[in-house]
Amino acid sequence: MPLPADKTDCENEPVRRQVPSLDVDPFSADYFENPLRVHHELREAGPVVWLGRYQCWAVARYTEVRSVLHDWRTFCSSRGVGIQDFAKEEPWRPRSPVLETDPPQHDGARAVLNRVLSPAVIKRVRQELSLVAERRIDELLQRRNIDAIADLAEAYPLSVFPDLVGMPKEGREHILPTASLNFNAFGPNNELRRAAFATAAPHMSWVMESCKSTNLAPDGFGSQIYAAAEAGEITTDEAALLVRTLFFAGVDTTVNAIGAAIYCLASFPTQWKKLHADPSLARNAFEEAVRYESPVQTFFRTTTQSTEITGAHLNEGEKVLMFLGAANRDPRHWERPDEFDIERRASGHFGFGGGIHMCVGQLLARLEGEVVLSALARRVSAISINGQPKRRHNNTLRGLATLPVTLHAA
Amino acid sequence: MPRIVYVQPDGARDECDVEAGINLMQAAAVHAIEGIVGECGGNCMCATCHVYVDPHQIDLLPARSEAEDALLDGVAAERRANSRLACQINMQPALDGLIVRLPDRQI
Repeated sequence: MPLPADKTDCENEPVRRQVPSLDVDPFSADYFENPLRVHHELREAGPVVWLGRYQCWAVARYTEVRSVLHDWRTFCSSRGVGIQDFAKEEPWRPRSPVLETDPPQHDGARAVLNRVLSPAVIKRVRQELSLVAERRIDELLQRRNIDAIADLAEAYPLSVFPDLVGMPKEGREHILPTASLNFNAFGPNNELRRAAFATAAPHMSWVMESCKSTNLAPDGFGSQIYAAAEAGEITTDEAALLVRTLFFAGVDTTVNAIGAAIYCLASFPTQWKKLHADPSLARNAFEEAVRYESPVQTFFRTTTQSTEITGAHLNEGEKVLMFLGAANRDPRHWERPDEFDIERRASGHFGFGGGIHMCVGQLLARLEGEVVLSALARRVSAISINGQPKRRHNNTLRGLATLPVTLHAA
Repeated sequence: MPRIVYVQPDGARDECDVEAGINLMQAAAVHAIEGIVGECGGNCMCATCHVYVDPHQIDLLPARSEAEDALLDGVAAERRANSRLACQINMQPALDGLIVRLPDRQI
């Protein structure tokens, strides 16, 4: 990597040289197929690593990821949580009022979402979501040979979440491509990102149209967000963008988490047997799958001032890439990090992020994961993989495109 | 080091010495206390570290934040006047001897 001619960067270079530098590409096809080797390299290189290829810092150990997530004053989100710095480049879409803001702007919008997705609300939908999951598993058992991704990991969230939000019934086939676009857009301008943008127009126009208050069912999460705007808590523009955030962030993430859980349980029959014997482990099994596979792999922050992380000096206005998936398997924090153990105390992982931006839909995601795994555990005696699973490549999300399995009835 | 007493629904007691500044959810995790889940890792978002603080000691604690209050409305077990989230109680010398009772469920 040639040294940048810019004066500030030259001044900084001696300091950077003390920090290990790696030439890995966490946005490449090879990485998406197997990120674990790169995670290991990053963690072992040092607490902070310079990624010359993308001119950004990386943290991959538990302690440093936690420090960055929890210090929003120094590591802000308002300059974008992807590689783009909003101070230098226009965001590709109007920024999210929660994801891409800092306090105090962040807090009003976050308070609204906290309420719309509160434990009390999630408790009320538990029985319904549980019934839908049981019906879905019964249907799949009739077919026996299924694609666990399309037929379950995608089909289940798509059968509950859009209705909870109150999305229009027409055009829901746009949901997954839109979400995939959104998560690809956090990465560099690579083939994946360009391909996503090349086909984005019809998906985006459906989303923008569907987020309008007049197109949302009156009793869903979407309408409740608009009600908060009417009450003066947020502006109407913010309400539209918050609904859009639910569209973007509420489905694909859960799809990949449920897919990860089924993949793990099918790959580790001993763990499946434990779950089958005691379906009350379903919730913890889902949590462990989120730790183990980390469906959301990475997010960026931007420094608001010069700062230090474990001895490394960072200048103002630099991007820091947090490897959530690597921290979730850091042996400095986790015992037997590479073992999938559904009885592990997995709490404290960063699969849902951490700090003030921690996933606002985590309770709903956990509920969806729990009821699917619980229904599987009670109705299915074994899940066997009967074909080659395929990865789906995305600049932020880790998951499968297909997972052919046979379900054996209990 | 200040001491905290966790009481299980069946009356079993665990006494733990907790460093000041550590919250009661983290302390429970460190001491492997059953019955406190803490799914969100102490971010005040999941309401799975619900505890009942001894009524005689409840006034020793700082008031609940709005976020904690809202989350307590959604706890799995009954919400009572002395309900708190363990992740929102930071240990301090003045809380030495604090007794918290665990609800029968968190989810």
